Amino acid sequence: MTGGPVPVMQIGDTLLVSLQGDLDDTTVVRIEEHLTNEVARTGAGGMLIDVSGLSVVDSFIARVLTRMVAMVRLLGAQVAVVGIQPAVAITLVELGVPMGGLDTALNAEQGLALLARLRRADRRAG
Amino acid sequence: MPDTDDIVISDQSDLIRVRQALRAQARSAGLGLVDETKLITAGSELARNILKYATGARGRLRAEQVAAGGRRGVRATFTDEGPGIEDVGAALTDGFSTGGGLGLGLPGARRLVDELTLTSAPGSGTTVVIEKWQR
Repeated sequence: MTGGPVPVMQIGDTLLVSLQGDLDDTTVVRIEEHLTNEVARTGAGGMLIDVSGLSVVDSFIARVLTRMVAMVRLLGAQVAVVGIQPAVAITLVELGVPMGGLDTALNAEQGLALLARLRRADRRAG
Repeated sequence: MPDTDDIVISDQSDLIRVRQALRAQARSAGLGLVDETKLITAGSELARNILKYATGARGRLRAEQVAAGGRRGVRATFTDEGPGIEDVGAALTDGFSTGGGLGLGLPGARRLVDELTLTSAPGSGTTVVIEKWQR
């Protein structure tokens, strides 16, 4: 997929995304739109978002990320956020951003396992 | 690396310049990674406040090295000529927002730094000074 604000890889019916660098607000919102559209377009059942390349996540970026996860869930896909830097995690908790609704894992491998678990639970519930 | 960075905050692409300046200053002052991340994040919140509330009136950041008692640190001064803050106490309280956000900006930023002072009055703009020190 070209032309988007962030490259998206597809493996099976899982989308893999890596967020990197210093994101301004417009870029964050464009990424949100792009990823939500990609889930709808591909009919993916899961999305793994790697944020290990983000050295700063402020309240706006965190809020958009949380909002995007809610949107993608409405489309019927599960999302795992992986690779939050320890310094970023400490900062977000002290800042007080509510991110408890996110499913997170330490790295991509654990994130894929988490996605599989979430989707199994989803199928049972559905 | 100069000891002082002056940055104009007039649109949201300046947020990135604010973060970069604070990162450079944090490294100059020898702050650890967690303290560097906290300082940059606090600065990002304060710069966004300026864009959100001081609409039309641009703001400014001065970031500089400070030293006291054998320790080094960074002082960042955010000023704007916006409408000012009517109730400074409320603005520093979690959950208080006049801008439709989560109300985390100022109180959240205060938790991330060692020192935050806010000076403001309706009609005369706002100055927020934050400091982060080496441990």
